[in-house]
Amino acid sequence: MTFKYNNVYVNNVATVVGPYENKGPLKDKFDKSYDDLYCNEKTWEKAEVKLMKDSIEILLKKSKRDVRDIELIIGGDLLNQICATSYAVSNYNIPHLGIYSACSTSTEGILIASNFIDGGKIKNAIVSVSSHNLSSEKQFRNPTEYGSPRPSTATFTTTGGASILLTSARSKIKVESATVGRICDMGINDANNMGAVMAIAAAKTIKEHLTDTKRDINYYDMIITGDLGCYGKEILKDYMKEEYNIELDNNYFDSGTMIFDLNNQKEVKAGGSGPACSPLVNYAYIFPLIEKRIINKVLIVATGALFSPTFVYQKNSILSISHAISLESVK
Amino acid sequence: MDRIKYKHIVDKYKSDENKIINLVISFLIGGLVGAISVGLTDLYSYILDIPSKDATTFMIVTLIIISCLFTALGFFDKWVTFAKCGLIIPITGFAHSMMSSSLEFKKEGFIYGIGSNMFKLAGSVIVYGVVSASLFGTIRYVFFGG
Repeated sequence: MTFKYNNVYVNNVATVVGPYENKGPLKDKFDKSYDDLYCNEKTWEKAEVKLMKDSIEILLKKSKRDVRDIELIIGGDLLNQICATSYAVSNYNIPHLGIYSACSTSTEGILIASNFIDGGKIKNAIVSVSSHNLSSEKQFRNPTEYGSPRPSTATFTTTGGASILLTSARSKIKVESATVGRICDMGINDANNMGAVMAIAAAKTIKEHLTDTKRDINYYDMIITGDLGCYGKEILKDYMKEEYNIELDNNYFDSGTMIFDLNNQKEVKAGGSGPACSPLVNYAYIFPLIEKRIINKVLIVATGALFSPTFVYQKNSILSISHAISLESVK
Repeated sequence: MDRIKYKHIVDKYKSDENKIINLVISFLIGGLVGAISVGLTDLYSYILDIPSKDATTFMIVTLIIISCLFTALGFFDKWVTFAKCGLIIPITGFAHSMMSSSLEFKKEGFIYGIGSNMFKLAGSVIVYGVVSASLFGTIRYVFFGG
């Protein structure tokens, strides 16, 4: 299912990151960074709330808007009951929709906001996401001080908050269309190989988007998947070639492999993941390129592994989903 | 494309973990822990002039205290990541798992945090340790007269 939009534009973006991201190749491009994973808070959960709140504050400041001008905040994160989002948004008296789509939450949020704006229901909306390496490790895996060994296919949850302000007023970046993904199940239940779990979802969404819009893969200057990591990236390329005869070539990138320096930051293993991974790379690095018209057409395909330890222990496989948004530069 | 075909592609990009190196590291470090333990037992029984059975208990307590302390000081997790089963299988791993769980849930308070989560990882070891000890104890008692 693909929606086309005529009057949805990116007004501004804001990114806040933790220490690992700040040692990565994109370190100079983020709006704010913390050297400590606690972010001056008492717990990791509160630190995650702070990351999202900071990103909203910076966004309001950058776009020179008062919080009362914002009509809707859509947000999500990885914690149970998407609590980081609720606590961050509770500071503002604005209508709020909380969403969960694991690491594809950012594109799902943009898609929902775009439908509201394009339909004329609202004039602007903020979409926020956050993730925190240690709050996620605590919830989904072993205690962080345990230091459980991980295979090289494992990904590393990014620490950060990212917010975007979408408006109906013309700007340099247009949200051109969006494709709603479908849940995929390939029977994989290895939580240390999320790239393999999610590659299929990215492939299906890219294919559906191209079919719906009757476009060729080379129509886009850049196609950026969410957080497949270096292994998932290769799986996606192989699958696209074998199944659809589509060659993902020089215009294909993956946020998970861009946010960290995979050669020098060995602890990240296969690359970054988490809801903040895709937007951090896109907002901080790709959007300025679109604004400057260095690249003009970009397809962002954020991928989410809908992982629940309980369901996996009960012998179920890990499901995945992916939503795509297409962005264009405006003359 | 069905699951089998997809799995075939996934298998092409498997983790390139070197099992031999991991095995050697674990074997050497595990062995080192064992050697230190024997050394400690001998030391205790020599210094304190106690039977080696009692000295063993002293040695176990020492290892537990050391690994808990190192976990609390924040560097034992890096050792475990490196040595893997070399440090996880001995008593050091057991103590470390309890200490790391306690640290993790410290902020949720003594009851709902530390108390209810301390055995998050170690719980299974205790349960199945006790179960198998009872089972084999019973077998020994019935068939070999205790």
